[in-house]
Amino acid sequence: MSVAEKKARVIQPDSLIGKRIPKMDAPEKASGKTRYIHDINLSGQLHGKILRSERIHALIKSIDTSAAKALPGVHVVITAADVPDQRPIGVARDHFPLKVGRVRSERDEIAAVAAETEEIAEAALKLIKVVYEDLPVISNPEDAIKPGAALIHPEPHGADGSHEHLKQGTTIAHKGKPDNVAMTFDYAHGDVVRGEAESDVVLEDTFKLHYVTHCCMGVSGMIAEFDASGNLLMYSNTQVPFLHKREFAEYLNMDPARIRIIQPPIGGGFGSKLDIYPFEVICLYLARAAKRPVKMLFTREEEFLASPTRQPVLLTLRSGCKKDGTLTFRQVHTLHDNGAYTSWGATTPFVMMQTFSSLYRVPHCDYHTAAVYTNNPYAGSFRGYGNLQATFAIEQHMDMLAEKIGMDPLAFRLKNAQDAGETTGQGMSFKSCGFKDCLTTAATRSDYSRKVQENVANRDKPGNIKRGVGMASMLHVGGGAKIYPSDGCGTILKMDDFANVTLITGASEIGQGSETVLSQLVCEELGLPMSAITVVNNDTAITPWDVGVHASRTTFIAGNSAIGAAKKAKTKILAVAAKKYDCAESDLDLRGGFVIKAGSGEVVVELSKLLRNLHFQDKAELVMTTFYYEPPSVHQDKGFKGDVSAAYAWGTQVVEVEVDTDTGTVRMTKVTGAHDVGRVLNRLGIEGQIEGGVVMGQGYALTEDLMIENGVMKNPNFRDYKLVTAPEIPEMDISFIESMDGEGPQGAKGVGEAPSICIAAATANAIANATGVRMFELPFTPERVYRTLHGQTPKLYWKPWKAE
Amino acid sequence: MSLKHDIEFTLNGIKRRVTVDVTMNALAMLRDVIGLTGTKYGCGEGECGACTIQVDGVSLNSCLMFAVDCDGRNVTTIEGLANDSEADALRDAFVEHGAVQCGFCTPGMIMQADHLVRSGCCGDTDSIKRGIEGNLCRCTGYKKIVDAIASVSGAQN
Repeated sequence: MSVAEKKARVIQPDSLIGKRIPKMDAPEKASGKTRYIHDINLSGQLHGKILRSERIHALIKSIDTSAAKALPGVHVVITAADVPDQRPIGVARDHFPLKVGRVRSERDEIAAVAAETEEIAEAALKLIKVVYEDLPVISNPEDAIKPGAALIHPEPHGADGSHEHLKQGTTIAHKGKPDNVAMTFDYAHGDVVRGEAESDVVLEDTFKLHYVTHCCMGVSGMIAEFDASGNLLMYSNTQVPFLHKREFAEYLNMDPARIRIIQPPIGGGFGSKLDIYPFEVICLYLARAAKRPVKMLFTREEEFLASPTRQPVLLTLRSGCKKDGTLTFRQVHTLHDNGAYTSWGATTPFVMMQTFSSLYRVPHCDYHTAAVYTNNPYAGSFRGYGNLQATFAIEQHMDMLAEKIGMDPLAFRLKNAQDAGETTGQGMSFKSCGFKDCLTTAATRSDYSRKVQENVANRDKPGNIKRGVGMASMLHVGGGAKIYPSDGCGTILKMDDFANVTLITGASEIGQGSETVLSQLVCEELGLPMSAITVVNNDTAITPWDVGVHASRTTFIAGNSAIGAAKKAKTKILAVAAKKYDCAESDLDLRGGFVIKAGSGEVVVELSKLLRNLHFQDKAELVMTTFYYEPPSVHQDKGFKGDVSAAYAWGTQVVEVEVDTDTGTVRMTKVTGAHDVGRVLNRLGIEGQIEGGVVMGQGYALTEDLMIENGVMKNPNFRDYKLVTAPEIPEMDISFIESMDGEGPQGAKGVGEAPSICIAAATANAIANATGVRMFELPFTPERVYRTLHGQTPKLYWKPWKAE
Repeated sequence: MSLKHDIEFTLNGIKRRVTVDVTMNALAMLRDVIGLTGTKYGCGEGECGACTIQVDGVSLNSCLMFAVDCDGRNVTTIEGLANDSEADALRDAFVEHGAVQCGFCTPGMIMQADHLVRSGCCGDTDSIKRGIEGNLCRCTGYKKIVDAIASVSGAQN
């Protein structure tokens, strides 16, 4: 093609936004070529295994590792006594990786082995002899706060980790607890006494939410190696590499600058990889002691026993409204089962109180949580972060209040729903808000109001199959969450001589498709096809800082960061082109891999040619840019008030069920969802997030139940812990409300957690619609539903532990 | 002292001899002895399907099969589908339909789907759903996986 012909060529406008873009790493994954942590082996690598407690709550009287150490092929056996510099880990620093003097739960780590093979390591564990002295087991949080209850953390934990820590002069890292209360949260706006006085109707009910766990298909793992200079390299599944770099440094008493974390692709996250767990620190101890790389992988049973759970919650909600349907107040007390140690699960009230205070307009709100220690598994962060629990209670009360005042449940919600421009009692400011659109869209598409009436009318007709429809809505952060000193993300962008771009982002990819959506945003700015981009996102030695994958923040925060870097590159390119072709920068644009005339789309020059000219000239230059995006949100004050996110996401889901009154079986037939996502960036990706989240919510509502009896996990396997399988999934009708958030990347807001939040609440409302019976406790297994339908479930009633 | 046994079988079209521990399962042999890591460990007890392979044209959980039982058999893993145009279509369909997120269940899912398509047992979406009932996925909610398989098998609702 001659130069003249090229110049005559016109590139039509096109956009990647809203298209169905396949996930960039999908071909590798679908070919079995992707190397997960399980598939990586380093030369000289040893295999680590952990000895866990045989008791639930006991003093460790003695540990004898001599036989294990003598087994051929065993390199290192360690207990707490071998790691005198152990420091307590976790959100409350109440937890030694290797337990000192006491075990507090079934998963507790007592000793660890590094050996030539996994088999040898396992054989060595069997040779370790531990003598225990049993202590009373507390498995019910209500018992944990009774006066005189056995204490789970009575003794101080020394910073040096040894029994010697009690001696004078030793630094105390964790003071121990005079009671079993791990954390408390108290929030209020308005005056609930006044709110109650103004109410025509007041309801009070207790709700009980159960244990479930993430069940990532890839089990947890870690590979750790110290180099000859003492620098640490970790292959880790973490979702928050930069936070963990700093935290690991604290636990190892080393300089964070000497820690490098590489994140191989991970087999599912969902919040489970947001905290540092004992196995990771133990793996580092083993690698340090053995002076060899150590790889540690969980078995599936270990994954159930020793990875985090969703927070079980006992919740009493008191709420009221006026006859005209105006909400008046909400008063909430929750008792969180913290388990034996404190991880992120204890902090779910941060999210729960937002839902109580701000999903609907509530003039008076009062919220209290106590997270209490028990000898149960300890709870971490899990997609939705307390919002499933809060929404379960609120949205049932919305239906119940509507029924009390004889108002249509949709109209009742619309009357109290938030609008754009409002600032709530908690200080959250809704700049974009498609909540009412979500409500009406989901209701219209599912024919909600008609079906509600029809199902009620059909309740008493003959037949054991009763149909029900139920609705629930959610509010969640959609523009990051300013929890840490920075909620930002960095981007480095470089262009090569062939107009290919490398996006180096701090944002971690955990299967959610961040690499694809970030690439789309960059290519959109630079007028490049998706084939022209490479993403580097998994090595702290290369990528710029990011707070991590949590709070549905990656698309919003990392997206804005990527756009920032791309815009800088574009500005530079257009400046170069404008100078070279003697025109204004505003006359030019980038499209289809060319510099074009902005108005006509006529090709000015191939982008790759322009970049080569820039590179291979006297004053040689490359196009490389950086950008750090910090959202315009604020930290909450001490009363938990403040506009903590740059945007908020909304959604409404309508669930339809068939309840078999003879067996108690609930079949979820259809979910109609409407989500305010700001703007759809990758339609294929966002549908996948919503569908996966809906089915995860379905599992929470109907099938999943991690059964803990007296501290013992009864079903640590997929045979007895029931994940939803393909034949059980409902028909899904998903609509997107595009509220075009002013701060969002191309108008988008976060969506990752949103789809699982409403399902259990909406299902409860659907069962009530079908049968006239309310379910206050999850999950809705056939047994529980049957018993409740037949009046065999006593009404839950929990008197808040705290004096009014 | 564990017992070893020599076996000979066809793996992805290539004949090979391997010495395996008699207690070893086929999954461990594929991953740890032979070094093909596309087949995944998800549970080790036949509940999740991440380790699905095909033996003599039939899909099964490799964690539940003794390695020594591969002797004389024709074994296909996800890596063995690399040069197979029918399997290409399936793999492309998984990519195009968004059936892959974290991807950990995907190789097993594709091995199962490939078996279903070849044996003609996915005439409608309900039979596809039943056909992948033994393969757990935590990310996608299955819908896009079913769509992908249906697009290749020509299944109707």
